[in-house]
Amino acid sequence: MVRERNNVFNNIDWTLVIIYLVLVLMGWLNIYAAVYNEDHKSIFDLSQSYGKQMLWIITSLFIGLVILLTDARFFSTFAYLIYGITILSLIAVLLVGSEVSGSKSWFEIGGFRLQPAEFAKFATNLAIARFFSGQHINVKDFKTRIIPLILLGIPGLLILLQNDTGSALVYSSFILVLYRMGMSGNLLLAGALVVLIALSTLMVGHIYVSGLLVIMAGLLFAFMKRNRRNIINLLALLALGIGFTFSVEYVVENFLEEHQKTRINVLLGKELDLKGAGYNVNQSKIAIGSGGFLGKGYLNGTQTKYNFVPEQSTDFIFCTVGEEWGFVGSLVIIVLFLYFLTRIVNLAERQRSDFSRIYGYGVAAILFFHFMINIGMTIGLVPVIGIPLPFFSYGGSSLWAFTILLFIFIKQDANRNALL
Amino acid sequence: MANKSLASRKQTVIAIFLATGIIFLGRLFYLQIIDDSYELSANNNVLRYVTQYPARGLIYDRNGKLLVYNEAVYDLMVLPRQVKDIDTLEFCRLLEITPEGFVQRMKKARDYSRFKPSLFEKQISKETYGYLEEKMYRFPGFFVQPRTLRKYPEPMGAHLLGYVGEVNQSIIDKDPYYKSGDYIGISGIEKSYEEDLRGKKGIKIRMVDVHNREVGSFQNGLYDTLAVMGKDLYLTIDAELQQYGELLMQGKMGSVVAIEPSSGEILAFLSSPTYDPNLLVGRVRGKNFSELSKDPVKPLLNRAMMGQYPPGSTFKMVNDLVGMQEGVLNTHTHYTCQGPGSSPIRCTHHHQSPLDVYVAIQQSCNPFHWQVYRSILNNPRRKNVKENYTAWRNHIMSMGFGHKLGTDMQFELSGNIPSAEKFDAIYGKGRWNAMTVRSLSIGQGEILVTPLQLANSAAVMANRGYYIVPHVVKSMGTDKHGENKFSKVTSTIDPAYFEIAVEGMRQVATMGTAKWYQIEDITMCGKTGTAENPHGEDHSLFMAFAPADNPVIAIAVIVENSGFGSTWALPVASLMIEKYIKREVARKDIEERMINGKLY
Repeated sequence: MVRERNNVFNNIDWTLVIIYLVLVLMGWLNIYAAVYNEDHKSIFDLSQSYGKQMLWIITSLFIGLVILLTDARFFSTFAYLIYGITILSLIAVLLVGSEVSGSKSWFEIGGFRLQPAEFAKFATNLAIARFFSGQHINVKDFKTRIIPLILLGIPGLLILLQNDTGSALVYSSFILVLYRMGMSGNLLLAGALVVLIALSTLMVGHIYVSGLLVIMAGLLFAFMKRNRRNIINLLALLALGIGFTFSVEYVVENFLEEHQKTRINVLLGKELDLKGAGYNVNQSKIAIGSGGFLGKGYLNGTQTKYNFVPEQSTDFIFCTVGEEWGFVGSLVIIVLFLYFLTRIVNLAERQRSDFSRIYGYGVAAILFFHFMINIGMTIGLVPVIGIPLPFFSYGGSSLWAFTILLFIFIKQDANRNALL
Repeated sequence: MANKSLASRKQTVIAIFLATGIIFLGRLFYLQIIDDSYELSANNNVLRYVTQYPARGLIYDRNGKLLVYNEAVYDLMVLPRQVKDIDTLEFCRLLEITPEGFVQRMKKARDYSRFKPSLFEKQISKETYGYLEEKMYRFPGFFVQPRTLRKYPEPMGAHLLGYVGEVNQSIIDKDPYYKSGDYIGISGIEKSYEEDLRGKKGIKIRMVDVHNREVGSFQNGLYDTLAVMGKDLYLTIDAELQQYGELLMQGKMGSVVAIEPSSGEILAFLSSPTYDPNLLVGRVRGKNFSELSKDPVKPLLNRAMMGQYPPGSTFKMVNDLVGMQEGVLNTHTHYTCQGPGSSPIRCTHHHQSPLDVYVAIQQSCNPFHWQVYRSILNNPRRKNVKENYTAWRNHIMSMGFGHKLGTDMQFELSGNIPSAEKFDAIYGKGRWNAMTVRSLSIGQGEILVTPLQLANSAAVMANRGYYIVPHVVKSMGTDKHGENKFSKVTSTIDPAYFEIAVEGMRQVATMGTAKWYQIEDITMCGKTGTAENPHGEDHSLFMAFAPADNPVIAIAVIVENSGFGSTWALPVASLMIEKYIKREVARKDIEERMINGKLY
C-alpha cells in the first residue's frame, strides 16, 4: 500500500483535463463567432458575452484547481450537507429568485446571476454516491429502492416548480446510475418502451397503439409456454400498456401547456409552425444544414451571426459549429464528447471506492443527458428543451457547475489508490 | 461475482452513448451533405435583393424641346419596431397629417410587419422632404426611399404621351420583369415605348440580419448590377404646332393630326378635349383619373386614333381615283347634276352641269360622285357588282383606309371599309348593287375613318400615291439617325391620276369651298367634308396638304357636331398650316374666332 499523496498532479487523469480544456476553449471561440460583430472585435471585450465567458473560464479553472487541492474525502464526508444546502437554495430561489424568460430560477446578486439548479446536479450526484456507497446497501431492499428516488425527486420537483422543465428532466438520467447499481435491465428496457409507446401514441393516437399492443400480446401468448401465471402477467401488462396510451393523451391534452404541445407536435411532424414553435428548430436546422461538409469558415456563418437562430450562444451553440465548421467540425465535437463520456465510465469502473465509482457514473449520466438533449434538439430529433451543452454553451452558472461536477470526479480518481 | 456481472453493464452504458452519437452523425450527414434545401433557406434568410430603379427615359420633341422629365419624390417608409419616443405631434405637423392618421398608419404598418419596412406616406414632395430631412434623426424608424415621377413642363400632348401608373397583378403575372409597386406605361408613347423608356433595373444584394437590418453587401458587391437609365425619345412632334393646335381646339370636340408626307412623321397629334398630363401623376392620380373618366365629354378618349367618323366629302377624290384607275373616269368624263333636285343623291351646291372631275371635286358635287361610283360597281370588265366592289375596296384600302396603319402608338383603331361579304350578310348574296350602297360614294354609310387615317390620306395625296407609315418617334437614345423602320406603302392607283385629284383639291382651296381661308404665298390643296352624324349635329371635316408642289405638311381636322367643314375644321387646318410653315400666324381675326369658339 503505497501512499501517493505527495503530488496530486501526478495522479490526475490528464486526458479528461485536456478534453475539458479543449471543449471550453472551442465553446469560447464559437460563442465569439455566434455573436461576432464588427463594432466589438476583441474577443476580450468584457461588454460582450464572449468577454464575460472568458472571465467564467478563468474562474472555473481556479475552482477546478481548488477542488484538486481539496482532500478527496471532503466531498464524501460532506455530501449530504452539500445536498441539503443546495435543496435549501432551490427553495430559496422559489421565494426570492428573479424570473428570467419564464423560469424563476435565478439569484440576482448585484449584476451577477446564479442558477442554483445547475449546482444541484453535482450535489445530488454526491448524495446518491454517498447513499449507495453506504455499507448497508442491498438493492433488493425496499428502502434502497425508495431513498434514491427521494434524493432525486426533491431537486427534480423543486426545479420543476421553477418552471425549468429541462433542468428537472436531467434527474431522469440517473437511471443509468441505478442500472449500474443493479437495477434490473428490464427497467431500462421498460423505460425505453414507455418512451416509444408515448411517442407513437402521440403520433398515431391511442386506438392504433392499443391495437398494436393487443396483437403483440397475442403473438407473445402464441409463442409462450402455456403457463397460467404468465398469461395473467401478460394480461396485466397489456392492460397497463393500454391504460398508459390513454393516460399519455390525457396528460398531453390536460396538463401540458399550449407551447409544449406544439413543440411536441412540431417534432413529430404533425404540425409545421415555422413562425412559432417550429421556428427555432427550423432556423437551427438551416444553420447547421447550410454548413455542408467543411462549413463556411470561422466567423463566416451568417445564420447565427445575424441572429436567425435564437439563443445562439447558449442552448443553440452547436449551430455555430455546424454552420462554420460543417460536418467535419460537428463530427469532431461529437467524437470528442463520446470519447470523454466513455473515458469517464471507464475511469469510474476502475475505482476501488464505491463512492467514486457511483459518482463517476453520475457525472457521465448527467453529461450524456445534456449532450443528447442539446444536440438532439438543434438537429430536430428531440423536442426543444432549454438546457446547455456542457462546457460549450455560454453561461457562468453552468460552466462553474459542470467544472465542479467534473473536477470532483477527477480528484476522486486521482485519489483512487488511497486507503479506504 | 455479482459485482463482476454488474461491472459488465458498463458495456451497455457505453453502447447507449455510441448509439446516440451514431444517430446524431447520421442526422448531421443528412442535413449537411445530402439535403441541399438548407443551403438555399440560409441564403433566403440572409440575402436581400434590393432593386435599383432606373430613371425613365426623357421625351423631347423634334426640335429638342423637353416634353417629359422625371422629378424625384420620396416615399416615407417606416420600420415599426424601431419607432420609439418620437414627438408625434411635431411629426404630424411636418407631414401635414392628423394624429388619428398617424395612429392609423402605424397600425397598418405594424399589422403588416414589425420588422419589415412599409409605406407610411406616399410621394412626399421635395419641399416636405427638405423639412423632414433636417429633423429625420429625431424620428427613428422612419426613412425615405426615392422614387421618380413623370413631370410635364408644358401641359400638352396628354393623349400622345400617355401616362405611367403602377402595375397591376395581371401584368405582374404575365411579365416577370415587373414587381408589385413598379411603374409601367399605360397609354400613349409611355406604353408603346415602355421597353425602351423603362431602362434596366439593377440589383444590389445586401445581407440582413433577422430583424431585416442591413449588415453589409454580399461578397463586396461582386454580384450587384447597376441600373441602366431608359432611353431618351426624340419625337417627330413639333411641340409648338401641337400646342397651337390644342389652343385652337379648346372648347371643341374633335381631333387634329398633321403629318410630314415625305417621312410619315407625325407633327401634331391631338384630341380634344384634352387634360393636363400632370393630373395623372403621383398622389392625385387616382382621384383625377376617376373624375376625368366620369366627364361626359370624355377627355380621356384619344379621338385621333380611336374616334371613327364617316369621312363625308373628303372621301370623294379617293373615289374618283379608283374610277380613273378602273377606267371608268377620265378628265373628259362629264356627269350631270340637277342640284338639290338630283336623285338618288342630292347636290347641296349650285354649279355648272354637266361637270368634269375637277369641278366635281372643287364643288363637292354629290351626283357626280355617285355616278362615278355607279360606273365602278357596274364596270363590265368584271363579272358582277360584288367583284367590282371588292376591287374598289382594295384600291381604297391601299390608300390607308379600313385597316390599322401600324403606327408606333397603341390602341389604333382600323376604321371601317365594309367588305363585300358584309353586304352579302346584310342584304343577301347578289341582292345588293350600286344603288343599295350608294352612300359610300360620298363617304357616308358604313364607311368610318379615324382622324389619323384621314391625315394619312392627305399625305397620300401630297405624295401622289404613297405613304410612309405615320409614326411619332424619330429616334431613340444616342442613336439620332437610325430611322427607317417605318415602311413605305404604295397605293394601287397610278400616280398620274393623283395629279388630277390634287388639281381638284387645289381648286377647292382657290375657287371652291376653301377659298376664304387661303394662306398668303402658300398654295394649299384640300377638301372639306360635312359628315352626317346619326347621333347629332354633322361633323365638320377638312383634310389638306401644303404647299401644293412641295408638300411639307398633310393635315386632317375633325370638329365634332359643328356643321359644315368649312366653318370649323377648315380654318383650324389652315391656321395650323400657316403656323407650321411660317411659324407665325398673320390672320389674327380667324385665329381669335377659332380660339374663342366654344362648341360644347
